[in-house]
Amino acid sequence: MSGPLLDVENLRVSFRTPRGTMEAVRGVTFSMGREKLGIVGESGSGKSLTGRSLLRLLPPGAELRADRLTFDGVNLLTAAPAALRALRGRRLSMVMQDPKFSLNPVMPVGEQIAEAYRAHRKASVREAREKALAMLEAVRIREPRRVYDFYPHEVSGGMGQRVMIAMMLAPDPDLLVADEPTSALDVTVQMQVLAILDDLVSERGMGLIFISHDLTLVGSFCDRVLVMYGGRVVETLAANGLGEARHPYTRGLMACLPRLDSGAGDLPVLERDPAWLDPL
Amino acid sequence: MIEVDRLTVEFGDHRAVDGVSFAVPSGDAYGIVGESGSGKSTILRVLCGLNRLWSGRLVIADAAQRPRRSRAFHRELQMVFQDPYASLHPRQTVDRALAEPLRIHGIGDHQQRIARALREVGLGAEHRFRYPHQLSGGQRQRVAIARALILEPRILLLDEPTSALDVSVQAEILNLLQRLRREHALTYLLVSHNLAVVAHLCARVAVMNAGRFVEELDQAALANRRAREPYTAQLLRASDGYDRAAAERLVAYD
Repeated sequence: MSGPLLDVENLRVSFRTPRGTMEAVRGVTFSMGREKLGIVGESGSGKSLTGRSLLRLLPPGAELRADRLTFDGVNLLTAAPAALRALRGRRLSMVMQDPKFSLNPVMPVGEQIAEAYRAHRKASVREAREKALAMLEAVRIREPRRVYDFYPHEVSGGMGQRVMIAMMLAPDPDLLVADEPTSALDVTVQMQVLAILDDLVSERGMGLIFISHDLTLVGSFCDRVLVMYGGRVVETLAANGLGEARHPYTRGLMACLPRLDSGAGDLPVLERDPAWLDPL
Repeated sequence: MIEVDRLTVEFGDHRAVDGVSFAVPSGDAYGIVGESGSGKSTILRVLCGLNRLWSGRLVIADAAQRPRRSRAFHRELQMVFQDPYASLHPRQTVDRALAEPLRIHGIGDHQQRIARALREVGLGAEHRFRYPHQLSGGQRQRVAIARALILEPRILLLDEPTSALDVSVQAEILNLLQRLRREHALTYLLVSHNLAVVAHLCARVAVMNAGRFVEELDQAALANRRAREPYTAQLLRASDGYDRAAAERLVAYD
């Protein structure tokens, strides 16, 4: 394959409100290959809308503009709805934050994975079942045959999130957008789920966009990190270079995290500079 | 100020809290960390009287407590909940939310007390007649803290007070809680899944798993990562961020 897997230039998302146009994403540019790219920011930074824009899954009323938005050579801006549907789920997939709201509560989890697989690949019901069982195993669910028939309310948060990941990975996508995929999980379960994603990225050569508010986590997990503030990318860092962050926002975010050895004194508070909102 | 002795809570045949004992001296901050389902929030619910089915011995503010609490008890102990989006009534103004505890306890002088409570949590008069949706997450948590403090309690129970907030806002709320404890000689019992948050606020921390206290550490032991129990060591490692090799070594402690 030549060229990057994903190429985004000057991405903008805006909403028309009675009080004028509100720009939520204001000119985001990046490109990526088959790597783990982190997008970090606080609420309202535009990180989730950036992720959703890549699948053209924006809330009604949102206006999307970009100078370029291509996925593996396909122009996502001009692609017909049918062409987009063929991409979505099949080659370009998304895992949401909370399995409680993303799984169908009245359908066994295994069947949901099989259904997703059959929506994108030609397969018999039996083949899809086999694939779903294999995926459950791939995400380290101990008794896949038993869990296959569980309803979402019968599985724990960590297991539900693994089911979601199994479902999204069953059609073997080239790029997975994961929006806070582990925020609802305990730290140890979070580590296990991330290890699964990590292995799948290296084994399948998949690209992963990992959206999170957790700077430490993204820094330790991803290859590269985009830091977003006010709808813009203020800084791009090699993940192991968080310590060398230059932008005062990134540095402020790192400083205001309590640490085990930070003592009982006051934490530094982030002073927001209006200039951070200006284009770089 | 708080003495808990062999506290046990059962839901059906599931033991959520299994013979837990600890004591918090007056003016101290005590933390409980644990993963979801460890029973940490259940302990807070027993202490504040929301959960009435328990056994063991409970002494709070120098009085042995039974499942039902008196009205006077709630002037000694108040709770701040995790999610300020859920714990404030969406159709009541800040003023009304703060006036309600005063009305329940027959305390007069609403004007001055509400103004003072807002000032103490760093909010201004302009916030007083706003609705929750007109406030940011951090401002809402400040209102929830003001509502707990307006009765001038001696004990504050804090259930994940910052986990619904952005980290920059979390720092502000943690600083506020530190200051309030100093100025009012409050006793805190803080529950969280975040080790660093607990280590920051509390002098002593209990690590909880499957209804039991695994071990108790002081601030210095946590800062130097001196865990005696393997469960605590694993929790400490997992809190440092992602590590492929460490993920391989994770063990389930049930």
